[in-house]
Amino acid sequence: MTEAVLTPGALAPEAPATGFSLERGLQALREEMDAPVASFFSSCVHCGMCATACPFYVETGDPKYTPIHKLEPMRILWENEFTLWGRLKTSVGLGRKVTDEMLEEWEPLLYDSCSMCGRCSMVCPVGNDLQYMIRKAREGMVASGHSPEGLIAASVRAVNTGSPMGLKWKTLDVQIKHVESSSGLEVPVDKQGVDYLVLLSSMEIINFPEYLEAITKIFAHAGVSWTLSQKCFEATNAGIQIGSKDIAAVLVQRVVGAAKELGVKNVISPECGHAYTAIRWEGPNAIRQAYPFKVFHIIEVLETLRAEGRIKTEGKETDRLSMHDPCNLARKSGVIRQQRNLMDLIAEDFVDLKEHGKLQWCCGAGGGVSSNERAEELKIAAFKKKKAQIEEVEPERMVTMCATCRTQLEEGLEEFTMDIPVVGLTELIADHLVEPDEPAAAPAEETKA
Amino acid sequence: MTSMDFLMLTKGPLFQAALAIFAIGLVVRIVEILVLGRAHNYAEPRGNAVVGGLRTLYKRFHTDAGTFKAAPFDVVVGTIWHIGFIIALLLFIPHVELIESTLGIAWPALPNPVVDAITAITLLGLMAALVHRLMHPVKRFLSTPEDYLIWAVTFLVALTGYLAYHRVINPYPLGLGLHILAAEIFLVVLPFTKLTHIFTAFIARYYNGAIFGRKGVQS
Repeated sequence: MTEAVLTPGALAPEAPATGFSLERGLQALREEMDAPVASFFSSCVHCGMCATACPFYVETGDPKYTPIHKLEPMRILWENEFTLWGRLKTSVGLGRKVTDEMLEEWEPLLYDSCSMCGRCSMVCPVGNDLQYMIRKAREGMVASGHSPEGLIAASVRAVNTGSPMGLKWKTLDVQIKHVESSSGLEVPVDKQGVDYLVLLSSMEIINFPEYLEAITKIFAHAGVSWTLSQKCFEATNAGIQIGSKDIAAVLVQRVVGAAKELGVKNVISPECGHAYTAIRWEGPNAIRQAYPFKVFHIIEVLETLRAEGRIKTEGKETDRLSMHDPCNLARKSGVIRQQRNLMDLIAEDFVDLKEHGKLQWCCGAGGGVSSNERAEELKIAAFKKKKAQIEEVEPERMVTMCATCRTQLEEGLEEFTMDIPVVGLTELIADHLVEPDEPAAAPAEETKA
Repeated sequence: MTSMDFLMLTKGPLFQAALAIFAIGLVVRIVEILVLGRAHNYAEPRGNAVVGGLRTLYKRFHTDAGTFKAAPFDVVVGTIWHIGFIIALLLFIPHVELIESTLGIAWPALPNPVVDAITAITLLGLMAALVHRLMHPVKRFLSTPEDYLIWAVTFLVALTGYLAYHRVINPYPLGLGLHILAAEIFLVVLPFTKLTHIFTAFIARYYNGAIFGRKGVQS
């Protein structure tokens, strides 16, 4: 398997011998054409309003970053092969054809300058869901061999090692030991029949180990039974970022396998927006099967615990806090109110960014942009929109719930020498838990929970 | 051919032919969209797709505050000329009479001077939209000959109607015949160009709203 994965065929296992080709790319695109796509292409009048919603266009001013333009190869294929008029035109030799050179030219447009944040999908006056089409267009890019090095490498590592960053269980195990010794609590591993299987993201394990300690404390406090799985700890799905349904299915199947083996009823996606949409919305479709368990983002679980009165906090943060909604969590998954209810629990001075929730602006790093080294400059350019939003409300700290967003916010704010620390919401909650040995705690209720 | 012969030609066989091409062409376009269907969705929904779809179908008539600030010209001018065009099409007395004689349904029309003023505003709006398309970096970059073609056929319908009403072209049957011909060109061009958005935008909005609505987001 290891060898197979290093060949181009590994990114499209159904025909490993043929490798990438224009024809395979076009075939992958044909398979992605559906009624929504046809209705979207039929309706675009080139008004360009999607550009005003795109941080990559807004911050560079380059018209080639207009979202609908990024879909031109897919549109040409649709017109040529999926409309009667287009078929008539091509039969007499009229109309443009999709070529390998064209796909090569479009690679940076579809990957480097699009985080699939979906903001353009919210503003298009005719109702085009552009993000939905970008996701589909990437399938054709992978199959034709036009996807970025960084994302190919991440996909290969994810299939081979279980982690897009090549992280092994050993590394996580060291962290587990740290968490156990500093918290005095057990981090459950491979426990059968518990309520929740907890997944993590490699980015989080490496950059933000405080998350694992935070959930360990919160779950002990609220009496939640949970476990990690040695077989599968990674929640992210490189296959979905690069645009390969086949890789996506392999990675999703690992989560399903681990959850089934442990007999859990619920799976928790970590503070990562992408992982959540990958496993919550795309996963079941990648494996063409409904899950035998439910999927929650950690913020949804914490909000449920809060609503049930199982999280008891004391004290509040007194500095001015604002919040960045991860696109994948808010706009693309409808988790918007939950994080605000949790903020109310622990923040005295919370102020929302002007455009937030479903109309928030992307940090610029999602959709594989942060794994694509070639996109570095564009990633920082797109961040300027977020920076402007932050400057408007002048917070002392930013709160978010996605490790990729958090890393991008930290790097971006540093780049522009803005002294605004960024914290994860889960840790912030853990910092305010009522200690179990204090008289304020209600032991009877906790054991019941 | 006299101007009256020309008028009779446009009102008779040309009108029938244009209507047939429009109707058949439009049905083909809509069928070729819908037959593609959608893959079964195995993810457990958070919200109702149908409700979301229907709501977005209506809600995209309104622009969010941020987008309005970013593209005020598009929103204001675009809204004005679209509404103006629809009013002139559906609420001008002779048009209502034509629809009644063709489809057998009728509704109250607006007084002629009102429609006249609205048509003038629509023409100005369309001209402004063309200038904007030629000047705005994104619009100019995206625009293809088709975009200018559909602008022209739309503008010509409104312009010839305005000229016929004011009897600028003489004799009058020629002026009216030219307007009817322009409308026929519009009908014939529609199914083969992005003028189809007049109908397909509602399908697109529905799908957008349904995709987001299923995930619990009102788009």
